[in-house]
Amino acid sequence: MDIKLNTPLTREDTSKLTAGDYVYLSGTIYTARDAAHARMNETLDKGESLPVDWKNNIVYYLGPTPARPGKVIGSAGPTTASRMDKYAPRLLDMGLIGMIGKGKRTQEVLDAVVRNGGVYFAAVGGAGALLSKCIKKAEVVAYDDLGTEAIRKLTVENLPVIVVADSKGNNLYETATEKYKK
Amino acid sequence: MRELDVKEITCALREMAISINHELSPDMCELLNNSDKKEESPLGKQILGQLKENMQIAKDEMIPICQDTGMAVVFAEIGQDVHLVGGNIEDAINEGIRQGYVDGFLRKSVVADPIQRVNTKDNTPAVIHYSIVAGDKVKLTLSPKGFGSENMSKVYMLKPAQGIEGVKEAVLTAVKEAGPNACPPIVVGVGIGGTFEKCAILAKKALTRNALSHNEIPYVKELEIELLEKINNLGIGPAGLGGRITALAVNVETYPTHIAGLPVGINICCHVNRHITREL
Repeated sequence: MDIKLNTPLTREDTSKLTAGDYVYLSGTIYTARDAAHARMNETLDKGESLPVDWKNNIVYYLGPTPARPGKVIGSAGPTTASRMDKYAPRLLDMGLIGMIGKGKRTQEVLDAVVRNGGVYFAAVGGAGALLSKCIKKAEVVAYDDLGTEAIRKLTVENLPVIVVADSKGNNLYETATEKYKK
Repeated sequence: MRELDVKEITCALREMAISINHELSPDMCELLNNSDKKEESPLGKQILGQLKENMQIAKDEMIPICQDTGMAVVFAEIGQDVHLVGGNIEDAINEGIRQGYVDGFLRKSVVADPIQRVNTKDNTPAVIHYSIVAGDKVKLTLSPKGFGSENMSKVYMLKPAQGIEGVKEAVLTAVKEAGPNACPPIVVGVGIGGTFEKCAILAKKALTRNALSHNEIPYVKELEIELLEKINNLGIGPAGLGGRITALAVNVETYPTHIAGLPVGINICCHVNRHITREL
């Protein structure tokens, strides 16, 4: 099913999503990948507060190419989500509602999605030029020294993503492959 | 003896890095453009359509095809009758990569140390494989390698008794494990034989081969065809969301090996399999 959603999402929005749904996201989302997650984790370990309030927000696992002059951003597709598995449950328990990436997640992450009524979306890996067209604004809001790995606030319009893991415990990577196996 | 200024190497690699990150080689374009014809899954078809559109946008608007513009792998084949002048070849290669990635607005994805992890901010150094060959030319092949798929690659040290069936099982296991992480549809480079490191380099080199071509050794060609069919029967499909098109090509290279061994290197590449060659 094709669904249009505006961010920040509500738990009511995510409760209606099912693995396999094709969703167009509009609104504000934030990027963070390996180095930003490692740093956020250290910050939390020290008992300090994060530079972004993740409550009801979506993280896009992305490290874009630099923007050409006059452009908002460069190529902007998803990176492999499993490298953030170590950190994701903690952020989900703090209120993070959704993640956009690609690839399999650990059971701990999938459990945290169900426990918190969240969602894991996949964007199509390797379609960074196409996906960049949906990003209307981009601004570094934290960890500028990390370059491509800095946390960016993005304004997106109709960013195409697919629900992989929903709040009911469905996992599209498990089910979709079975159908086409010979 | 022919003299070649290493500045020409720098210049060539700068242009190659920018070009190949925005437009794939003709073999890869052809494979991707035809991929949706055999896809049975509606979602798979839609994703393959997105990938075709993505390639067009990348080329027309000079936006890199993928944000992971890779770590630069360079195969430098140096003719033994060439005298390189004007500087050190390794510096010249890295300068070409530096200029390409900085001037071409490509992503800087290299960290100076694997544990301390501070970005070098110019995507250097490259990984360079040199070989000395006959003739008076220098042939450069650049393959910027993305790490979503690199991370899913494997080396297996099989026993000779496992034979070709063992090789097939190893490749299928690696592809199954890679699943959606390697950004299917993938290209699989396989190196069989040699030593621990040789099979890995062969696998990498196999990815740079024309993906529409087959190995000249008849049994290896058959293996390539059979593996492609078996991989596409796994059901993984485009983006790992189910479907028929999991791989676009399987390229296999072989090398003599030891009586006690059967090394197999499996280098997985996403559909953005970038390879470009220039002779100077």
